[in-house]
Amino acid sequence: MEEHVTRYVSEEFKQPLPPPADNAGIIGTARKNLFATPLDAAISLVTLLVVVWAVWNLLGWALFDAVFSGSDRTACVATGDSEVGACWIFVSSKFLQFIYGLYPDPERWRVNTVFALLAILTAGLLIPSVPKKGLNAALLLGVFPFVAFVLLTGGRLSFSGGQVAFFAMLAAFGTLIVVPSRSDLDFERPLMRAAAGLAVAAVLALLLSAASSRAGIAFLGLRFTAFSLSALVLSALSILSVASAALQRGGGGRVAATALLVPVLIAAALAVLSVDFGLPEVPTHLWGGLLVTLVVSVTGIATSLPLGILLALGRRSDMPAVRLLSVIFIEFWRGVPLITVLFMAQFMLPLFMPDGVSFNQLLRALVGVALFSAAYMAEVVRGGLQAIRKGQYEAADAMALSYWQKMRLIILPQALKLVIPGIVNTFIGLFKDTSLVYIIGLADLLGTVRRGFNDPNWITPSTPATGLVFAAFIYWLFCFGMSRYSIFMERRLDTGHK
Amino acid sequence: MTVETPTLPPTRSFGSLINNPVVRGIFIQLVLVVGLIGFVWWIVDNTSRNLAQAHIASGFGFLDRRSGFDISQQPIDYSSNATYARAILVGVVNTLIIAGTGIAMATVLGFIVGIGRLSRNFLLRGLATVYVETFRNIPPLLVILFWYFGVLAVLPMPRQAVSLPFGAFISNRGLQTPRVAFEEIAWISLAALAVGVVVAIVLYQVNRRRQMATGERRRLLWPMLGLIVGLPVVAFLVTGMPAALEFPAKSTFNLVGGFQIRPEFLALFLALSVYTGAFIAEIVRAGILSVSKGQTEAAQALGLSRRHTLRLVVVPQAFRVIIPPLTSQYLNLTKNSSLALAIGYPDLFAIGSTVLNQSGQSVEIIIICMLFYLTFSLIVSAFMNWFNAKMALVER
Repeated sequence: MEEHVTRYVSEEFKQPLPPPADNAGIIGTARKNLFATPLDAAISLVTLLVVVWAVWNLLGWALFDAVFSGSDRTACVATGDSEVGACWIFVSSKFLQFIYGLYPDPERWRVNTVFALLAILTAGLLIPSVPKKGLNAALLLGVFPFVAFVLLTGGRLSFSGGQVAFFAMLAAFGTLIVVPSRSDLDFERPLMRAAAGLAVAAVLALLLSAASSRAGIAFLGLRFTAFSLSALVLSALSILSVASAALQRGGGGRVAATALLVPVLIAAALAVLSVDFGLPEVPTHLWGGLLVTLVVSVTGIATSLPLGILLALGRRSDMPAVRLLSVIFIEFWRGVPLITVLFMAQFMLPLFMPDGVSFNQLLRALVGVALFSAAYMAEVVRGGLQAIRKGQYEAADAMALSYWQKMRLIILPQALKLVIPGIVNTFIGLFKDTSLVYIIGLADLLGTVRRGFNDPNWITPSTPATGLVFAAFIYWLFCFGMSRYSIFMERRLDTGHK
Repeated sequence: MTVETPTLPPTRSFGSLINNPVVRGIFIQLVLVVGLIGFVWWIVDNTSRNLAQAHIASGFGFLDRRSGFDISQQPIDYSSNATYARAILVGVVNTLIIAGTGIAMATVLGFIVGIGRLSRNFLLRGLATVYVETFRNIPPLLVILFWYFGVLAVLPMPRQAVSLPFGAFISNRGLQTPRVAFEEIAWISLAALAVGVVVAIVLYQVNRRRQMATGERRRLLWPMLGLIVGLPVVAFLVTGMPAALEFPAKSTFNLVGGFQIRPEFLALFLALSVYTGAFIAEIVRAGILSVSKGQTEAAQALGLSRRHTLRLVVVPQAFRVIIPPLTSQYLNLTKNSSLALAIGYPDLFAIGSTVLNQSGQSVEIIIICMLFYLTFSLIVSAFMNWFNAKMALVER
């Protein structure tokens, strides 16, 4: 009996049988996936026909019948019966215009520098393995905008006395916010109270100077009114009293340095914007093509995220007035098309401003795009805020964190991580929406292409399609890249728990 | 052994006041509201001063003035002698037309493609994926321009128009389709259709209530078809077929007869539905994927057929996920229809901008446009919220 059994014990594992012949290989897969039922077979055949037809036509249009050499429209006009596909020479001869618009030729290195800086800094921030993220972010958000502004426009902004006083007032308030949060200096100290009082007085003085409009006093080469000059002096005194409060505290040299940080940064920014670097001025109406598209979208992205976060926090605030105003703001912008917003920026913004104040056309579009996408961003961020469980808020409160500490350290990091796909979708939407600025007369990428095929030298039946396909490809590259990056980031940040 | 904890003496100093959340909250709101009121007052003051300087009378009185321009697509009576108000009304109707047709087409396209993306058939799946990934990443304005300048404008002249099935022609003047010319008496058939639809709905409700009460289910396909299709057809035959098909024909310079769909409409319609369709496809796909596999397996375990599983188990649950984002896509399509301005389809915004250029009443025109889109958004979202609440999961 035992012998009988042992005879059948195998020494090795049995190899699995091969799958049935009609179920494996190309034929098997095709049969299982494409021809399982008659309906499937019909669908497959129709799809196959569509694919072949589309690919054949596309290749014919883009390659076989396309025009690759020539210098003007005559090369792209059909002669006799031969079909003419894409007119690629239109794209190649207008390529520089599609990128820079009418930006003067000798100055284009400035645009290239800005593109390169943007690419390097963004790549540094986006690629996880690159070190020094903090410095990188500071460069991209704090330094790059000013450098880009000076490079692109030529800089040499001239500020009025009132504006300088306004920035001084901002510096004073910045100091009053930064210093108590970075040290134990609080408003119990008389010098700090004095600083707060001086800053408020500076605001009042500025309001009064806006009402009276006589610029009489010359100081530091600028024209001031009596009120704006006093606002400047009051702000300076406020900053000084914070600094001396820090010194008085003893061992407060570092704190005093913090106190001077905000004013120094603001002064440096004003200086960079107003100093003459010898760059010729390039007015914005000469800008065009991809340059305008990127300027509008990058500014929109950079302003809409913080604005959107503020609006989302406002919408979930305990203060009824703040909540109501946020809701009205968000729902208003979300309810109207972007193009009406751009028209409003174009036709109504000049009416809103006092006589003599005029806005640059590009700036108007920027304001419109930023406010519009901030409203969408706010709704995305609100979704994230709502998804954070109440326990997190309560735990933060129990740790005695202040509202802003709670948001900055506990809630927002979690909430923003949850809504990365939504944020990137909003960015993609914003990038695509920048194409609308062409309707109000700016020459962005789509606008330059559109103007290009109205050029009498290039009017042929195939030029519009060629130019638009080229533009579509550029837009597609950017948007597709963003969406892939968001998928990558989502996976990377996925901690496995929600 | 209890120890009396001494309570802290109340501090009433400047510092505690600034750190008191209630006081702080009130102060912040006060500053915000006062600042906002001041800002609005400043804007209104500037605007009225600027308008006075430009000698533009504000107010909506200009709406009664003669418009003096023509509109290429007039669904309601209009001539250049009509008022600005009438012109804007034509624009509103045109916007509703493009929004309605576009939404219908985008929905159909989106559902087909969305289901196609989940197909086992890799050809179909690949085609659907390419479509979605292409059009989601291109600006809608570019798609509109592409259809208008890239495709429709380069079609042959009407004389060499391309003929399509069913006697239609397509040329650079748009699509010319056969038209059904109804006689006066055809209203009876229309009324029959309306009656049929209403009775069918009532029948459906009665049957549903019956099913809820008794569990018995009756097949309603044939009676419903009879009511909705049969009744109007019978009425049509009885009244002596009061309609004639009018086919377009080529003449020396143009196509005559039939129903002309202008290229502007065609381009906008194709672009908006193709663009929004890609988004709807993703929404549909996400909705179907959100129904957990256990639901399908449970339905199969109960012995439901594949068709019933889809219809009674998967689709109703998927719809809950689909409806809210679908609503915002519908609203997006409506708002994107304002891009009509770029190719001259006379929608509300395009006509509004013509009126703006003629009359200079920029503030009023932009207010009218924004109000229309806002109201439309609010109505559609109110309706969809109601629908959503009706579809929502009823929990304990």
